[in-house]
Amino acid sequence: MGATILMPALSPTMTEGKLSRWLKKEGDEVKSGDVLAEIETDKATMEVEAVDEGRITKILVAEGTEGVLVNAAIAELDGGDGSAAPAGDTGTPAAEQGSKAAAPQQPESNATQHGGDVGSMAKQAEDYGQVAARGAERREGVAAEPKASTAAPEKDWGPTKPITVREALRDAMALEMRADGDVFLMGEEVAQYQGAYKISQGLLDEFGARRVLDMPITEHGFTGMAVGAALTGLKPIVEFMTFNFSMQAIDHIINSAAKTLYMSGGQLGCPIVFRGPNGAAARVAAQHSQDFTSWYAHVPGLKVIAPWSAADAKGLLRAAIRDPNPVIFLENEILYGQTFECPVDEDFVLPIGKAKVEREGTDVTIVSYSIMVGMAMQAAEELAQAGISAEVINLRTIRPLDIDTVLASVRKTNRLVTLEEGWAFANVGGEVAMQVIENAFDYLDAPPVRVAGADVPMPYAANLEKLALPTVAQVVEAVRKVTYK
Amino acid sequence: MALGTDSAAKRRGGRGKDSPPAAGHNQDILTKAYREMLLIRRFEEKAGQLYGMGLIGGFCHLYIGQEAVVVGMQMTLEEGDQVITSYRDHGHMLATGMEARGVMAELTGRIGGYSKGKGGSMHMFSREKGFYGGHGIVGAQVALGAGLGFANWYRQNGQVSLTYFGDGAANQGQVYESFNLAALLKLPVVFIIENNKYGMGTSVDRASASRDLSKNGEPWGIPGEQVNGMDVLAVKEAGERAVAHCREGKGPYLLEMQTYRYRGHSMSDPAKYRSREEVQKMREQNDCIEMVRKILLEGGKTEADLKVVDDEVKAIVQDAAEFAQTSPEPDESELWTDVLVETR
Repeated sequence: MGATILMPALSPTMTEGKLSRWLKKEGDEVKSGDVLAEIETDKATMEVEAVDEGRITKILVAEGTEGVLVNAAIAELDGGDGSAAPAGDTGTPAAEQGSKAAAPQQPESNATQHGGDVGSMAKQAEDYGQVAARGAERREGVAAEPKASTAAPEKDWGPTKPITVREALRDAMALEMRADGDVFLMGEEVAQYQGAYKISQGLLDEFGARRVLDMPITEHGFTGMAVGAALTGLKPIVEFMTFNFSMQAIDHIINSAAKTLYMSGGQLGCPIVFRGPNGAAARVAAQHSQDFTSWYAHVPGLKVIAPWSAADAKGLLRAAIRDPNPVIFLENEILYGQTFECPVDEDFVLPIGKAKVEREGTDVTIVSYSIMVGMAMQAAEELAQAGISAEVINLRTIRPLDIDTVLASVRKTNRLVTLEEGWAFANVGGEVAMQVIENAFDYLDAPPVRVAGADVPMPYAANLEKLALPTVAQVVEAVRKVTYK
Repeated sequence: MALGTDSAAKRRGGRGKDSPPAAGHNQDILTKAYREMLLIRRFEEKAGQLYGMGLIGGFCHLYIGQEAVVVGMQMTLEEGDQVITSYRDHGHMLATGMEARGVMAELTGRIGGYSKGKGGSMHMFSREKGFYGGHGIVGAQVALGAGLGFANWYRQNGQVSLTYFGDGAANQGQVYESFNLAALLKLPVVFIIENNKYGMGTSVDRASASRDLSKNGEPWGIPGEQVNGMDVLAVKEAGERAVAHCREGKGPYLLEMQTYRYRGHSMSDPAKYRSREEVQKMREQNDCIEMVRKILLEGGKTEADLKVVDDEVKAIVQDAAEFAQTSPEPDESELWTDVLVETR
């Protein structure tokens, strides 16, 4: 049985080409890898190499022929053991297009191509069965479309005590590291220096140098290394001294961490937490003040958390460390020293994907996250004195977004203001507003308003920096606008 | 082009042209190497053919010519060791023992592929076989490979990570960040530069101010060797030294494999940056498979013996190609799966 040599596609877009030159003639023996012919595509002249071996019995398309369709037969081979290339749809014969090309061979029937007999077809069917079963096994324990949790109302964790966000973060890491030997912390100055912002204070002493690792200032390299370790099942916590420096490593966060589960068909997860301060601190200017929330929230395959209070920080960091997915955990430097009530229960943990109504109200919904939740609370207080009742929602998790909590609130208040430090263009508030418009348009009594950072790189001068960040007055004004008051 | 000078190869314990591999060398190892290299070559030729028929789409980077590197290195590994590489990865998958069917079906984007058709040529993985991809961003796998070594170091399990990259990646910044980290922590990582002389269309001479890539780890104290990557036994010998060094806890090791790819960078590369004579010369005088074939015949194997291997390999590839065309496309519901691991 012989083989048919077909006109190959030599690029993802090629549909036809010119057979410019034959390098073999009828009667020639060809070995696998020999150059058979040259073909001109729209992009370049390419060489066609032989795959099947044998003697060329017939050349079907003369050299110089233009417009030879991909998969048209161009020559016939005999000999070898005739692994005839299964011909696909050969399309319209080139000759019919006014070309000199010979008509392509009749395509072989499917049965002939694929082994021909019922037995082999049955075997293939069985193979699919096995593959499908394997797929089903893999799918188990794997989520469909990421969706916000609509679980029962938040658990009451009982007694609380005041702690700082800094202590909350450290305690969360220490608790999880005690519980799971696969969890470790790495980053710049996390060990001997006790953390650039003292978040990892005491961890080196307790867990030793194998589990609390100082890294050289090479974010790209150590982030890639951490992701590689996570692909084997370890659970790294990577501290960025600030998320501004995560830009050095964003390729690994997105291309290596977020996409690998999907690219591997569910085989290889990446249980890793990237954490550190995000957004503006005070007077550190443009390169150290950016809010990256919407950047990371854009990416499927990541979870993105932005806590406000100490309880958020502790409960959500514990959940993030336990989560089998890559989690971006966006802290805020100014919040580190702030004190909040936090449950003392040893098992305290918060669910990822669940927003919190920090203050109930009836006239307007203010949606915020991270440090701006505090500003929203201040604004609500001021508004209350003016007789306007504001409901404040702390998103806590940005992806998956708990839109249900926002929608329930807007259906009650009929008005929406979003508040965040980041730039307005394509920001989190824009996404929240759009989802509200898509799902509760009829409930809105006014167009939503976003309060956001000024659309400029962060200035250094104290007065300009103040102007670049949202203010309580802006929030109050936005609320007055949507409530027509 | 020069495949390393003879003196350089000898100095580092490799073999020069004057001392061909002994005909009495372990015929079993060579027979195995012959079969594995041939499997990769036939597989890649078939992949090229299926690409030509429009059954494989997008990017497809063939390994033809470089087979000795991955086959020789794989012979130095133990169960549980890891392998990671770039997007020219089909050969690595087959060498780690991944099934030809699953790899080919991934190339055609079918449910029977290793990633259920969702990864394609550049993105396949098998935790079971220790194969961690399959990475499409040049150089990214080097930091990830250091991370595989880190995991071994952290677990103190005595395993080694083989981290492959091309000459094109060799000047990436993260490669040197990874060298530093691996040397600092003494991670068990063999960094393997597959120097096939061209990063896409740019020859290494035009891309790298460093002429001897095996010395690129020197500032970090990483020992390096230049190896004739067309000689599977030379690869295996150097690989054994490197892997032993890592297993002994001495830290990373660097191997520069001097090799050659016969095909273009990807399927749509006409390879006009080098002459046909250059390619022909490599194929005729330095082909890794022909070299082993010759030794086997001199050592007592017959043409008929090798024909049995050839036929066996051909049958595997033919079966894989049929499977890859008959396995169905993924169900449309697969679009939404595997984005996140479910937590409840």
